[in-house]
Amino acid sequence: MRVASNQAAPPNQPAESLSKDRRRSPAARSEPLAAERGAEPPYLDRDDRVALFRFMVLHRAIEERGVSLYKQGKVPGSFYDGRGQEATCVGAAFALGPADPVCPLIRDLGAHLVKGTSPRAVLAHYLGRPGGVSAAREGNVHFGDATLGVLGMVSMLPDMMPVAVGMAMAFKLRREARCSLALFGDGATSVGDWHEAMNFAAVQRVPAIFVLEHNGYAYSTPSSRQFVVDPVERAAAYGMLGVSVDGNDVEAVFDVVRQARERALAGGGPTLIAAHTMRMHGHGLHDDASYVPAEQLAEWAARDPIALQRARLVALGVDVETISASVTAEVDQATTEALAMPLPDPATATTGVFCDGEAIPMGLGLAPWSGFR
Amino acid sequence: MAQLSYLEAISDALRVAMGEDERVILLGEDIGVHGGAFKVTDGLLAEFGADRVIDTPICEEAIVGGAVGAAIVGMRPVCEMQFADFVACAFDQIVNVAGKLHYRLGVAVPIVVRLPSGGGFSGGPYHSQNPEAWFLHSPGLKVLAPSSAEDAKGLLLAAIADPNPVLFLEHKNLYRRVRGEVAEGSYETPFTARTVRDGDDLVVIAYGAMVHTALEAIEQLPDASIRLLDLRSLAPLDEDAILAAVRDCSKVVVVDEANYTCAMGAQVSSVIAERAFEWLEGPIVRVAAPDVPIPFAPALESAVLPSVERIRAACDELLAY
Repeated sequence: MRVASNQAAPPNQPAESLSKDRRRSPAARSEPLAAERGAEPPYLDRDDRVALFRFMVLHRAIEERGVSLYKQGKVPGSFYDGRGQEATCVGAAFALGPADPVCPLIRDLGAHLVKGTSPRAVLAHYLGRPGGVSAAREGNVHFGDATLGVLGMVSMLPDMMPVAVGMAMAFKLRREARCSLALFGDGATSVGDWHEAMNFAAVQRVPAIFVLEHNGYAYSTPSSRQFVVDPVERAAAYGMLGVSVDGNDVEAVFDVVRQARERALAGGGPTLIAAHTMRMHGHGLHDDASYVPAEQLAEWAARDPIALQRARLVALGVDVETISASVTAEVDQATTEALAMPLPDPATATTGVFCDGEAIPMGLGLAPWSGFR
Repeated sequence: MAQLSYLEAISDALRVAMGEDERVILLGEDIGVHGGAFKVTDGLLAEFGADRVIDTPICEEAIVGGAVGAAIVGMRPVCEMQFADFVACAFDQIVNVAGKLHYRLGVAVPIVVRLPSGGGFSGGPYHSQNPEAWFLHSPGLKVLAPSSAEDAKGLLLAAIADPNPVLFLEHKNLYRRVRGEVAEGSYETPFTARTVRDGDDLVVIAYGAMVHTALEAIEQLPDASIRLLDLRSLAPLDEDAILAAVRDCSKVVVVDEANYTCAMGAQVSSVIAERAFEWLEGPIVRVAAPDVPIPFAPALESAVLPSVERIRAACDELLAY
């Protein structure tokens, strides 16, 4: 990245490039994105744009491998993937500084990868190996490497939002140039914790970023049965900025999160970002999603986030095939290594309920990709 | 040493902890300007500032969730539920987030949730509850319930220093009723039981306000040698102290102010039945509130909460067994 951190925007300055019309659906967007206008996107250089692409390809490749291993009976429990939503989590996490914690959701593998979690650790986790991220304790998409600043979610949604508010409160109190970011789905906006977190964050004016992954469905329930008013419009009622973005455009997501982070670090308080995207698979592999109209899937399939970024890179003359091949090789190698790891020792099942040493705070992150130092 | 009320001892613990460790922050409803519904945090806003004594909106989930977030990035938050009853609104963050983070992901959660609990003053169904059993059943949580001013301060300081989530039950009916010698400065009380009064004919096991009720009952039975064990810590439970008392006394009365079913006393009875059966010379006798909400009218409330008379009668009957 060309620009280092703390290029602070004035507090509460709305992001000018954001069109309110984008919140309805991608088709309703009225203002073309910078990249679509042929302009160079701000902050991202060629290597960054390649990195965004590669993280999305890696996200999808690992999950496809997970599905395959699941169908072979090697992955216990159930399996959930984030196909179609790669741009939101990758773009959001890419805009964070290394010391900014992120609270991903089940479809946000890309956020883990951007923060530095290895494919091998992810696959070992799917396979219930103690060498994976959660010592084989958590369900296959609830993991998080705290040493990298990733806090694994719980199933009650959006429980990580109040937690993100508390992290941000500590950063503000200690005058640290850090923010927290929590991702959650449209279904979670109906829960009381969502309201409590939005309100508390606004009252305390904490440096938190809330990213709503508006993927159309809360399991089988469409948005029309969840709320009457688009949740992003609620932001104003809490006294914070709410912006909508095309959640399938990784560079657009990056840019709105980058701006939200600048606002947060400058004392401008929290931001709600609604990333419009689509869950292209069922809630989990057990769900055939027959309740989703085929036309809806077809419309969004034509706007695949990886294809969109690929087209940009091809236009820049980037050899995307080599990148994809390197991802496949990396996932192959990671799979082999993960499968070779031992299964957990049953004697460890009752250990570690309590901390019996020093309470070690979550890591400051090691993500070497970030330009925000 | 100073003579402090139970409430003053808790205040003192907060003041000492905040003075010693700048990571300690307080969150709760009306705890700042107003000094708390019971005035436990009175004066702390002036002393430590609004950054560290945080008046929150009415949002128990966000208070505890926010405390978890601050804790995992290095703070030592102490939350106040205005009444222990309201912890029901924060249940999810305590049980599903705070209590499981270390087991799931190796992340320690050093938070304290203060719970002004208990009845005895016509608080009615929503200002009188003893919710400890909700949390005893959930892994990853420590649960403390002091009965004296000295223990209230020492246990709270130990709770703040502990790297795990701790629920701290401070009995409202002891706030101003109980006083005692309390050491100045910092000290930590271990999470173990305390023998309040020695004896070897029978042991009464209690905690919180019931320690005082039981003591009154025991004093009405001067002819018997009755031991009184104050659990102090409900989780971890000092099973060794319980078993030693049963071995010495052979007869046990277990007292809860909480509702009968699956209460702390039920677990104590279970430990005794499983591990001390051979030492018993009579049935384990329990005294607890029946499984009803705590009613408002004094005549109804005193019919529900364990009384001196009920405990004395239970002891009498068991002594004669």
